[in-house]
Amino acid sequence: MINVALPKGRLGEKVYEILESAGYGCPAIREKNRKLIFENAEAGISYFWVKPSDVAIYVERGAADIGIAGKDILIEYGPDVFELLDLGIGVCRMCVCGRADFRPDPSRPLRVATKFPNTARQYYAAKSEEIDIIHLNGSIELAPIIGLSDVIVDIVETGKTLAENGLVPLETVNPISARLIANKASGKFKYDEIQRLCMAVEAEVESRKEAEA
Amino acid sequence: MKNGPEPAAYEERVGSQLRNLYASYGYAPFKVCKFEPYDFYSANKSFITGDHILTFTDINGKLMALKPDVTLSIVKNYTSGQKKVYYHENVYRESRNAGEFGEIPQAGIECIGTVDKVQQAEVLSMATQSLAIISDHWILNIASMKLISALVSATGAGTEKVKALLSCLKEKNRHEIRKLTATEDRPVSLAWETLASFYGPFERIAELRDISFNSGMLEACDEMDSLAEGFSEKELSHIRIDFSIISDEAYYNGLVFKGYVEGVHTAVLSGGRYDNLAGHLGKRAQAVGFAVYLDMLNSLSARNPAGSPDVLILYGEDVPLNRVREEAGRLRREGRRVLCLPKGTPADGAYSETVEL
Repeated sequence: MINVALPKGRLGEKVYEILESAGYGCPAIREKNRKLIFENAEAGISYFWVKPSDVAIYVERGAADIGIAGKDILIEYGPDVFELLDLGIGVCRMCVCGRADFRPDPSRPLRVATKFPNTARQYYAAKSEEIDIIHLNGSIELAPIIGLSDVIVDIVETGKTLAENGLVPLETVNPISARLIANKASGKFKYDEIQRLCMAVEAEVESRKEAEA
Repeated sequence: MKNGPEPAAYEERVGSQLRNLYASYGYAPFKVCKFEPYDFYSANKSFITGDHILTFTDINGKLMALKPDVTLSIVKNYTSGQKKVYYHENVYRESRNAGEFGEIPQAGIECIGTVDKVQQAEVLSMATQSLAIISDHWILNIASMKLISALVSATGAGTEKVKALLSCLKEKNRHEIRKLTATEDRPVSLAWETLASFYGPFERIAELRDISFNSGMLEACDEMDSLAEGFSEKELSHIRIDFSIISDEAYYNGLVFKGYVEGVHTAVLSGGRYDNLAGHLGKRAQAVGFAVYLDMLNSLSARNPAGSPDVLILYGEDVPLNRVREEAGRLRREGRRVLCLPKGTPADGAYSETVEL
């Protein structure tokens, strides 16, 4: 039996569709009830929904054998897990964004507002640039508009919210997409089962890509 | 459940069995000082797990550190000849995931001096037996840093890219490796990709030979192949070659290994050949060893409770003392753990039997 942590929300539903098409469906998951864990013993699979940012924790600690997490979360928290597949969905970018007329002032550290402090720190450290991190939990776009920060480091999907607030992506930090991750011990004790699932999911992802092309 | 002779916690029981095992191989007990000058650890920081070291200032104003690692102290203590020691000590480092310092119990062995085939096979055998003491369901993963070094030297990438490739190998991240090696020659990219997904028994070393394209890689394959003869058939069924367990090549130069037991989410045993570390500390010696992380066994100890009583005797106010003593004594002679409490006392825990007197 493989235990899967699915991220709640649209991305998780998309991922479940892929798993279902790959032969790992669980009809109970579509029923409207208050159950927390859904199991299909015949397919050898069990699912539970968790907050997207918690998927990696469930997998790292072995409560789930595998899970689906955004690359943004994996870069930010660096969980000790296997990253087995790039599912090619939930595609977006982690970007440095600022006002269109932004010009850096090299005489002082750059003020960076973000929900992803580790990602921002790593990015600027690689460029040997000194920064002042302002860790926010939401409404990041507001920070450069009202002068709290010079730039923000945040996820950009379409860039529409940014544009509406007079901001533009200035640099790409990392490309982001959903990844299939596995617990390192499960990856050994359930090696064959997880391998089989990965191969089926990879084939399903490829066939969807071909259908789209 | 029978009452064992040793009422210590599960972790201590395992520790005691491990000490007996290592002593049976002629390894001597080694006691390490609780603290060392901070400089000693800071100079070898990348060998130590975790980023932080617990420091304090001694009465002479010298910055000291509570030991975050045992191997470093043992190697430092080595002078000449053959040193074969075991330890069961607490180290002080950042607790995994807790974000705070913790006292972490570790047991392990170090063999310093000459490490030939026999010495190395003995260490590997002790590693497999250590895992078998902890659980019937165990896996030992083996990899070769020599093969990795030979591949890295043939990869035309800068330090940052090599670091990224090694990190992808630890994650079995084939898709990222494919991107990172897109501009490399095909034999190089194929070798990285194969190592990222490789997981198999010794019989599959031929597949590693197929992707090896320089003498260093081929030598490493031969070395790995020769390890198989040191294991029994039964042990071999638990052993897999897996390059996601690689360690820092600045310290490890040959065989590296990690052990896992079912029910624990991460490795419980880690070790390898660390001649490079010995050299780094100015010792002209070969070295191999491993540590067992006893703190990681907590999740197993819940299934093997050592101290919880089997029988609860609840006695009424008017029950004569002799009656309680006789009943409890009879059960204890049967080898059961018996807890006596006056009726009405709130009792925690689950007992296989409750006797009311």
